[in-house]
Amino acid sequence: MDSATLLGLAGVLAAAAPVLFAVIGETITERAGVINLSVNGTILLSAMGGFAVAVNTGSLLLGFLAGALIGALVALVIAFSSITLQQSQVAVGFVLALVCRDLSYFLGNPYMGASGPRLPSAPIPLLGDLPLIGPLFFRQDLLTYLSYVLIFAAWAYIFKTRPGLMLQGIGERPAAAFARGADVNRLRYLYTVIGGAIIGIAGPAYSLSVKAGWKGTISGLDGIGWIALSITIFGGWNPLRAAFGAYLFALLQWLGLVLQPSLPGIPSQVLQVAPFPLMILTLLLVNIGNAEWVERALARLPENTRHALARLLRSLRAAPPAALGVPFEQE
Amino acid sequence: MNVELRDIHKIFAAVHANNGINLKIPAGVIQGILGENGAGKSTLMKILSGFYQPSQGQILLDDKPVIIRSPADATRQGVGMLHQDPLDFPSMRVIDNFLIGHPGELIPDRGQAAAQLEAIQQKLGFSLRPEAHVDTLTVGERQQLEILRLLWLGVRVLILDEPTTGISALQKEKLFAALRLLAQEGKTIIFVSHKLEDVEVLCHKVAVLRQGRLIGEMLPPFNITRLVEMMFEKVITLGNRRSCCRGEISFRLNALELEDARLHIPGVSLEVQGGEVIGLAGMEGSGQALFLRACAGLVRAVGGHISINEHDLTGKPYHTYLEHGIAYLPAARLEEGLAPGMTLTEHFLLAGEARGFNIDWEQGRKVAQERIADFNIRGTPASPIEALSGGNQQRALLALLKHPLNLILLEHPTRGLDIESSIYIWDKLKERCAEGAVILFISSDLEELLQYSDRLLVFFSGEVSSPLDAERTTVEHLGQFIGGKGWAA
Amino acid sequence: MKNLRWNNFLFQLVAFLLALAFTSLIMVFAGAPPISAYVEILGGAFGSVNSLANVVVVWMPLLLVTSGLLITFTAGLWNIGIEGQITLGAIFTTAALRLLQESSLPPWLIILLAMLAGVAGGALWAVMAGLLKTFGGVNEIFGGLGLNFVATALTLWLIFGPWKRPGTGSMSGTEPFPDTLWLPQLPGLRLSPWSVIFGAAAIYLVYRLLSGTYFGLRLKAIGKNVRAAFLLGVPAWQHSLLAFALCGFFAGLAGALQVTAVYHRLIPSISSGYGFLGLLVAMLVNYQALWAAPVALFFAALNIGSIQLPIMLNLDSSLSGVLQGMLVLFVLLTEGARKRWLQKNG
Repeated sequence: MDSATLLGLAGVLAAAAPVLFAVIGETITERAGVINLSVNGTILLSAMGGFAVAVNTGSLLLGFLAGALIGALVALVIAFSSITLQQSQVAVGFVLALVCRDLSYFLGNPYMGASGPRLPSAPIPLLGDLPLIGPLFFRQDLLTYLSYVLIFAAWAYIFKTRPGLMLQGIGERPAAAFARGADVNRLRYLYTVIGGAIIGIAGPAYSLSVKAGWKGTISGLDGIGWIALSITIFGGWNPLRAAFGAYLFALLQWLGLVLQPSLPGIPSQVLQVAPFPLMILTLLLVNIGNAEWVERALARLPENTRHALARLLRSLRAAPPAALGVPFEQE
Repeated sequence: MNVELRDIHKIFAAVHANNGINLKIPAGVIQGILGENGAGKSTLMKILSGFYQPSQGQILLDDKPVIIRSPADATRQGVGMLHQDPLDFPSMRVIDNFLIGHPGELIPDRGQAAAQLEAIQQKLGFSLRPEAHVDTLTVGERQQLEILRLLWLGVRVLILDEPTTGISALQKEKLFAALRLLAQEGKTIIFVSHKLEDVEVLCHKVAVLRQGRLIGEMLPPFNITRLVEMMFEKVITLGNRRSCCRGEISFRLNALELEDARLHIPGVSLEVQGGEVIGLAGMEGSGQALFLRACAGLVRAVGGHISINEHDLTGKPYHTYLEHGIAYLPAARLEEGLAPGMTLTEHFLLAGEARGFNIDWEQGRKVAQERIADFNIRGTPASPIEALSGGNQQRALLALLKHPLNLILLEHPTRGLDIESSIYIWDKLKERCAEGAVILFISSDLEELLQYSDRLLVFFSGEVSSPLDAERTTVEHLGQFIGGKGWAA
Repeated sequence: MKNLRWNNFLFQLVAFLLALAFTSLIMVFAGAPPISAYVEILGGAFGSVNSLANVVVVWMPLLLVTSGLLITFTAGLWNIGIEGQITLGAIFTTAALRLLQESSLPPWLIILLAMLAGVAGGALWAVMAGLLKTFGGVNEIFGGLGLNFVATALTLWLIFGPWKRPGTGSMSGTEPFPDTLWLPQLPGLRLSPWSVIFGAAAIYLVYRLLSGTYFGLRLKAIGKNVRAAFLLGVPAWQHSLLAFALCGFFAGLAGALQVTAVYHRLIPSISSGYGFLGLLVAMLVNYQALWAAPVALFFAALNIGSIQLPIMLNLDSSLSGVLQGMLVLFVLLTEGARKRWLQKNG
C-alpha cells in the first residue's frame, strides 16, 4: 500500500468521525423508542454554535460542549413534545430539522468565513509508530480517537450492561420493562437527551475539525443528518454495524474523489453523491424481509431455495425496536 | 409466604371490578381462582402484583400489611406474576430476558447467570437454551422462562394467569409438575384459570369469582357441577327462542384446517342453512377468533374449502368475500371496526355503495339520519364516532352492514353493552336471519349463546366440537364443555 | 362545540404570538432589531408591483406542492420525498424541451408536452416511494429521503455531464431555453399567469377531491384507521399508491413550472426547497385545504421579503425559515398543551 492511499484511508477514518457521533447518538435514542428526526438541523446548529463559542472563547473544549448542549436542548424539545405532550415525534422532529438549519444560517451569519481554532492532530506516541496501523489509526486528532472509543463503549453499554439491557427493553416492549421496574418515560427522556448531546458533538466535529470553519449554506453539511438517519437503520440499531455503515459511506465518498481523474466523463459532484442511491438499495435489502408479501412469496418456493433465501434475508434484516415511536402509557 | 386479601375493592369509572374480596392463601398451597371472563380475576391479580392500587382494602404478606406500589415493588416483596401473554422481550435472547430487571453490578456475569438459570431449570425439569432467541420459543417455553426469572428474583408467591392456554399437553404436564414441586418447597401458587379440568387436577383449594365478588371456596374433591353453578349462576331464564332456519344449505365448510403461531385447528366441516345462527363458545384464545377470521377471508386456511351459496371462496382475497355478502364485525370496535376522527355520516358513506365520483352530502346526511333513527343510535350525523358510547358504536357497526348479506360474522356482539342495547342488537340480527343471512358469533356469555344460537360449536385449545343443538344443551353441560370436561366422549 | 372552536382559535393565536416573540428574541440575541426586520420583510414582499409578483412566483408552486401533500397527509403518509418529486418534474420537463426544441412542432405544443412529461416524472418518483413502502417495507420517510438524494445526484450529473453548457458545466445550470419555449409572462414581470391558473386549480381540485368525493373519503379512512378502512372494503394499499401518485403529479407540475416559467433551464437546486416548505404549510393548515392558500401566501411573502435582509440589515435571509418553522413548532406544542388541558378540564 503506498503512502498516499494510506493517508487517504486515514482521512476516511477521520471524515467518518462526525457521522459516527450522529449515528451512535441516534441509535441510542431510537433504542429507547424515540425517533429524533432533527439530526440534520441539530448537526448544522451545533456546528455553527460550537464554532462560534470556540471563536469567542478560544477554547475548543467549550466549543464541543456547546455543540453537545445544543444537541441536548433540541432533543429535550422532542422528548417534551412527544412524551409529555404526546405529539407526533416525526412532525416535531422534522420541523426542528428545518428550523435548526435556518437558525444556524441566521445566527451564523457574523461568523461566515471567520478563522477559528482547529483540533490539532495528536499522534499517539508508540502506537503511531507502528507500521501500517500507526499512520492509519493512531495519527489522528483526539476526536477521531474518541469516535473509536464511542463505538465500542456504546456497543458494550447497550449489549453488555444491566442499564443497557433495560434500554433495549424500553424500546422493545415498554410494558414488560415497566413490570421489571423501569420508569419508562423518565428513561426515554434521559436517553433522548443523552443521544441528542452525542448527535450535537457531530456539529463541532465538522466545524472544529473535519471541515473546520463556518461557511453557511456552502459549508456542505446540509444533508449529512439525513444520511446519518439512514445509516442508523442500515446499522440495525447496533453501534458496530452502524460504524461499518458510516465508514463505508466515508470510503465511498473518498473513492469517488480518488477515482475521479480516471473517470473524466463523470463530474466530481456526482461521485460525491454516489453513495446515496446505494444507501436506498441497502435500506431496501435491510427492510424487505419485513414485508408481508415476501413471506408469502417465500412459502411458494421449493424447500431448499426457500431456506437459503430466508436465511440470507434474515441475516441482512434489521428489525427496529418494536415500540419505536409508540408512546407508553402506564395502565 | 402466606397471602391474605382483606376486603379488596377496585372501581374503574362505572365498573365495580372487585367488590369486597376476602381471601387467605397459606404458604405451600396451590390456590385456584375460577371465574368467567370479566369476573374480576385479572383485576384482583393485578392488585396483588402491583399493577393497580386497590380502591379500598388491604394486602397482608406473612401477616404483615403491605402496600405494593408497582410490579417491580411486588417482586421485591416476593410476589411475581406470569401473564397470559408473557411480558418478555421476544426479539432478545433467553439469557438477556433472564437478566433484564435483575439487580446487581453494572456488568452482569452472564456465565454465572446462565449457570443459575441452568440450576433452577434442572430442578424444575425445563430445558431452555440461554442463547436462543425468545421469538423462536413456544408460548409454553416463554412461560417457563418467566417462571425461572421470577424464582431467580426470589419470588415466593407466584401468580399464573391462564397459563395453560396455547401450550401443549406435554408442556402442561411439565408446568404442573414444577408447580407442585414449588408448592412443596413452601411457595404459594395462585393459579387463575377458567379451565375446570386443570384446576381439578392441580389445585389444593379453589375460589370462584363472579361479577367482582368472591362467590365461595371449595376444597377437594371438587364438585364440578357445583363449581359451574358458582361460575355461571344457576338460574338462567331463557327468553323465547326464534329460529329462522330455511332448510337449504347456504354456508359450507369442508375440512377447513387452520393454523397460527399458537393454535392448530384440524379439519372443521360444517353445513349451515340460510337463516341459521351458530354460536361459537369457548374460553378466549381457544381458536374461535381464528376460525371466525378465516370465515371472513382474513386468514388463509391451510387446508379444506369454504363456500357460500355454492361459490367456492377458498383462498380468495377478502374483497371477494365482501362481494359475496360476507360481513365481519370485530370485537375491537374502535381499533378495527370504526375510524376514530370520522363522523357517522362519513362512516355510512364509506360503507355504502359509492354513487358516482362525487359525494352528495345532503343525501348522505339524510341516509345517516334515517339509519340513526332506525338503529336508535344516540348521536347526530356529525358526531365523531369515538364520541359515541360503546352500545351506540355497536349499533353504528350494525347499521353499516350492507343489504342483503349472506353471512354475518360477529365477535362478542354485545360485550360491554347494557341489557337494552343487547336485546336491540339481537332483534336487528334476527331480522337479518329472517332475510336468509347466516350468523356466526363468538361470545363468552353462556346465556347469550344458548338463547340466540340454533347450534353451538365449542372450542377448546384448537379442538372443535361437533355442532351441539342449543335447545338441548344445558348451561352446566356447556360450562363444563368450555372448561374442557367431557371431551373424550 | 362553539366554545371548543374558540378555544382552538385562542391556542393558535397564542402559538402565533409565541413564535413571533421567540423569533424576535433570537434576533435580539443576534443583535438585530426585530421591528425593523419585520418592517423590511413586509416592505420587501409587498412594497412594489415587482416584489408582489415575485411573491406570487413563489406562492404558486408552493400551493401546488401543498395541494399534493394534503392528499398524502390525508392518507396518513409522510411524503418527505416531495423535494425529489419536484426535481424529477423539472428534469423530465427539461428533457422533453431539449428533445423537442429542434423539432418542427409549434412551441405551445412543445411546452404542453414538456409539462406533461414533468407531471409524469413527479408521479413516477412518488410512486417509487410508495412501492418501496408497500412492497419493500421501507418507511416512506426514509425511502423518500433516499430518493431526494438520488434526484439531486441526477440533476448534478445532467448539469455537469450530458447536458452541460458548451465548454464547461457549472453550478449555474444548463443552457437557457429560447424565450419561445417560455410560458408567457406578464409584461415586465417574472410572473406567468399560467402558474396562477395551475396553482388556483390545484388547490380547488384538491379541496373538492378531499371534501366532496368518495376517493377523498376513502383516503381519510385509510389515514384515520387503515385496518377499519380495509375491513369496510377500501382497497388500502392501492389507494395509498394512488395518493402518492397524485401528490407526485402536483409536485411534478411545480417542477415543470420552475423550468418553463421561472428559470427556463435546469439548475442544481431547482426545487427551491418548496417541498419541505410545503410540508410545513400542510402541517400548519391541518387538513383544511382552503387555508393552504393564505398560509402559503404568507410563507411566500416571508421568503421574498427576507431577501432584503442581507442588504438592508446585514441579516441572513434564513430568518424567514426560522419564523416559518417556529410557527409550526409552536402550533404543534400548543396543540399538545391544549389536548392535555382539555383532558384535565374536559
